[in-house]
Amino acid sequence: MTNLVEIRDLTVEATTDSGRWIQILKGIDLDIAAGETVAFIGESGSGKTTAAMTLLGYARPGCRISGGTVRVDGHDMVTLSEKQRAALRGTVVAYVPQSAAAAFNPAATIMDQVIEVTRIHQLMPPDEARRRAVALFRALSLPNPDSIGDRYPHQVSGGQLQRLAAAMALIGDPKVVIFDEPTTALDVTTQVEVLRAFKAVTARRQIACVYVSHDLAVVAQIADRIMVLRNGAVQEIGSVDDILKRPTHPYTRELLHAFHPDTGGRVAAAAAFATDTAPLLEIKTLSAGYGPPQSNGQPLALAVKGVSLQVKRGTNLGIIGESGCGKSTLARAIAGILPACNGDIQFDGRELWHSARQRSREQLRDLQIVFQHADTALNPAKSIEDILGRPLTFYHGLRGKARDARIDALMDMVRLPRALRHRLPAELSGGQKQRVNFARALAAEPKLILCDEITSALDTVVASTIIDLLKELQRELGLSYVFISHDLSVIEAICDEIIVMYRGQAVETIIPSARQQPQHPYSKLLFSSVPKLDPTWLDTLDIDADRMRVA
Amino acid sequence: MKTHTSTGSLATWSGYRINPVGLVSFCVVLLWALVALFAPYIAPHSVGDMVDLDYFGPMRPGLWLGSDYLGRDMLSRIIYGTRYTVGISLAAVSIACFTGVVLGMTSAVLRGPVDMVVSRVLDAMNSIPSKLFGLMVVAAVGSSIPVLILTLSVIYVPGAYRFSRSLAVNIDTMDFIMVARIRGESLPYLIGSEILPNIVGPVLADLGLRFVFIVLLLSGLSFLGLGVQPPYADWGALVRENIGGLPFAAPAVIVPSLAIATLTISVNLLIDNLPQKIRDRSAS
Amino acid sequence: MTTRVPSLILGRLFIALVTLTIVSFAVFFATTLLPGDTATILLGQAATPEAIAGLRTAMHLDEPALLRFFYWIGGLFQGDLGTSYANHMPVATLIGGRLLNTLKLAGLTTLISVPLALTLGITAAMWRRTLYDRVVTIATIGIISVPEFVLATLAVLVFAVYLKWLPALSFTYQVDSFSGLLRAYAMPVITLTFGVSAQMIRMSRAAVIETLNTPYVEMALLKGASRPRLVLRHALPNALGPISNAVALSLSYLVGGVIIVETIFNYPGIAKLMVDAVSTRDLPLIQSCAMIFCVGYLILITAADIVAILSNPRLR
Repeated sequence: MTNLVEIRDLTVEATTDSGRWIQILKGIDLDIAAGETVAFIGESGSGKTTAAMTLLGYARPGCRISGGTVRVDGHDMVTLSEKQRAALRGTVVAYVPQSAAAAFNPAATIMDQVIEVTRIHQLMPPDEARRRAVALFRALSLPNPDSIGDRYPHQVSGGQLQRLAAAMALIGDPKVVIFDEPTTALDVTTQVEVLRAFKAVTARRQIACVYVSHDLAVVAQIADRIMVLRNGAVQEIGSVDDILKRPTHPYTRELLHAFHPDTGGRVAAAAAFATDTAPLLEIKTLSAGYGPPQSNGQPLALAVKGVSLQVKRGTNLGIIGESGCGKSTLARAIAGILPACNGDIQFDGRELWHSARQRSREQLRDLQIVFQHADTALNPAKSIEDILGRPLTFYHGLRGKARDARIDALMDMVRLPRALRHRLPAELSGGQKQRVNFARALAAEPKLILCDEITSALDTVVASTIIDLLKELQRELGLSYVFISHDLSVIEAICDEIIVMYRGQAVETIIPSARQQPQHPYSKLLFSSVPKLDPTWLDTLDIDADRMRVA
Repeated sequence: MKTHTSTGSLATWSGYRINPVGLVSFCVVLLWALVALFAPYIAPHSVGDMVDLDYFGPMRPGLWLGSDYLGRDMLSRIIYGTRYTVGISLAAVSIACFTGVVLGMTSAVLRGPVDMVVSRVLDAMNSIPSKLFGLMVVAAVGSSIPVLILTLSVIYVPGAYRFSRSLAVNIDTMDFIMVARIRGESLPYLIGSEILPNIVGPVLADLGLRFVFIVLLLSGLSFLGLGVQPPYADWGALVRENIGGLPFAAPAVIVPSLAIATLTISVNLLIDNLPQKIRDRSAS
Repeated sequence: MTTRVPSLILGRLFIALVTLTIVSFAVFFATTLLPGDTATILLGQAATPEAIAGLRTAMHLDEPALLRFFYWIGGLFQGDLGTSYANHMPVATLIGGRLLNTLKLAGLTTLISVPLALTLGITAAMWRRTLYDRVVTIATIGIISVPEFVLATLAVLVFAVYLKWLPALSFTYQVDSFSGLLRAYAMPVITLTFGVSAQMIRMSRAAVIETLNTPYVEMALLKGASRPRLVLRHALPNALGPISNAVALSLSYLVGGVIIVETIFNYPGIAKLMVDAVSTRDLPLIQSCAMIFCVGYLILITAADIVAILSNPRLR
């Protein structure tokens, strides 16, 4: 027995609605030494979480471990009884969930849940457990470590909950901790703090970690080795250095390539940008918010506060910011979904009504919006043909053959096989759905398309192909995009001009082609918080000064 | 969708999992539907004929379900009773669900004051116990079949409304509705073409459940003598008129009770075991 | 945070008040505005037109409906429930003792069915997909699919006809001993308990199962918690709102249930009184009984909502 974890020929099956079992993990072998951190990386559906959970002897409802062995600290988690497994959970193997907000019981205090492991396994008296928990809170650099445990989960922020979930996992002194995408739901500036806290604590205690993620750059900071998974099979296992610098498997290369998106090709547009044409969209001191109007005529919660911007014909504007900064609200105000309470919207030389209801059909057609989640943006009960056909009939009066021909043309444009036209959205992959979502906006033949986080729900490789498609269509159709995202690499890949939003205001405008560097402290913090593929990035990063100034 | 299902009936059938409990209950429901449709052709005797010299006669050849308190053939009376129980309930549930679902979707899409007023009024109606409402109407206008159908449907509109509204509110938060709204689509298009196709499954299941409620309420009213009036008799009225046979466990009182139970239990089990469309995409 | 709870509860009480107003409106108009002239009914077809006109004036029947509604509501507030058409006694006197009888019946049923149903519902959820769960589920489907009078009929067949433990339909003897009391209440309570419990079992089982499917219960499982701990510590506190709702909604089934049960077993309660009033078209009596039922129903529903608000940890 040399390794802490030994996985041999592990297979997991899932049941389908028809009751058939299909393999979702196809024979995995892996060793993890004590104190080592191994990252499981892959796109959604690759089986990375399923694989990590087998270390707890657990398979989600509808799944079962069908073969192989998972030895953890000498115990085969596959063959143990449920009672024996329960005895190891929390004490030998612990789990940090993806969404801590959902994994905390809303009806109990944080402290009760953090020390529950010690209660279940009768590890120590409650007082001692509480002292340990406070020490852990401090080690994880949580604010108010002495009192934060008395709160309820909904009273602390997402980044704090994620660290509290780590404390909950570490309290029983486990030998292995499974981190399941623990920073995916966090903003980049928060992610940096959380990653640092995790790294410091696990290194000090010599804990072996399994770190599940889809983000190579994050993994590069924290892991010793990386296992690349795809469709339930291991593509490649190697040290971080090997995987990043000398990838052997084509899929690993694809992942790496998607990480360095092509930022070229915007030079021509940048030239157009310089010429002094009339703007396509011009917004002056726009404000919008939610809730009932107050005495001053403004809504209760103002999410966008006096933002002004311009989009020139044929150019793209990027709006970047973290969750809650008001960027999506801005997009909704421009589209007229959430009528602005103040300011002007000029589009194509004409003043637009704040509410979409009052805008003419022509104005609605010219300005299209594409939403983030294709799953909810496409009617699940309608075929692709019907989804694309409706705007054609509605705006252009197309019917019968002409409509069919146009649908085919649209599907060609977004590189979708024509055979898919009779399918329902649920029968398409995530990337295909997002193409349909985009094609529907194209069907209106608009002048400007608002893209609200359209690549955020997609895997990296798929997202980069969508960005390439968008650029190509722009060249062919002379469109303009307003691109809203929290992801700097996506924005940099496609935009001529970037606006940084923070707390409802546009704090800075940056023109990447002019090699402009961010000046505002928040923009500096935001830009420098984006993880780099360099494994030393996190350890050498110095952003605390910016953080202080922003705070 | 069209090309999908046109791959042959075999493929379509293999796309569903058939559950034995569901199948049995479906057969029972179908049987009662057929009985209601073809009552005059299958009933051995006329409803009013006194064929037995004895009252509360036992089951025997010729009088398979015994005779009632006047010596009439129970089998024939049950067969004709099916028409009233199933027919009235079906009519009432159709009116209730149609009204409720259209109102529910409209409220969900329009939101604001329309939604508030309609919801408040229908919620208030919902807080009048259903049997009580039935009693009051019967007290005021007397009982006839059209009055029964209308009353039963009015009683169950709020439930159908509430159910479909909550479904439609969920659908209404989806981005595709927003896309349709800012395309400039009208209300009828939004509810008929965007929302309805997404809630039709649960709405049909709810219709089934509500059918059960209506059968139960109608039988209850008839049992109290406030539902279907003589000379007609639905199953509830059959129990009422033969309740005198209870001390000797006469089939005349047991059989109509069983008839109600088989119908309602089957509908409930059928809904619980509806075939699920298999989303087994990895197989293709 | 803490300030939101009282305002939510006040809001709920306000809604209950609005509802009550709409309901009383509906009750009044359903019973008086529909066809059928009260004066003619009271005096019979043979009465002279003068007599009818006289009675109409005396009963304010000539005045606008809305005004009559306010007379009626005003009377209710002062405890004046009107006078019965049938026997010219004050409605309040007729209702008095009967209401108490019905409350006894309902209270006894609640006392038995709530603990019984919650135990069965929660344990069925705890041992989901076992034989025990399946038996409970099928039995409850069977019971809720059957009208109350069939349940009552079955109860009579089993306990009176076959087992001969209890008399079938006669409930006129005196309640002077404990066994007499038991015998007097047994049949109606058994019937009602079956109906109420079945509803409650189904709803509480569903509520617990729903919370068992949440990520925080999975998390507790991955901390090594046992099945009873998962249910009792993690699922139940969060299912409290839905469960209390289930209890209240199931108890409101009592309102419909007593109407049938009191009639069948000839139990001298308010529901029996109302059914009799319907057959004599005694409108003041019907209105008062209906209002009592509606108020009871509304209290249950409002109580359920308030418990749901109080048990929501996010509002703490």
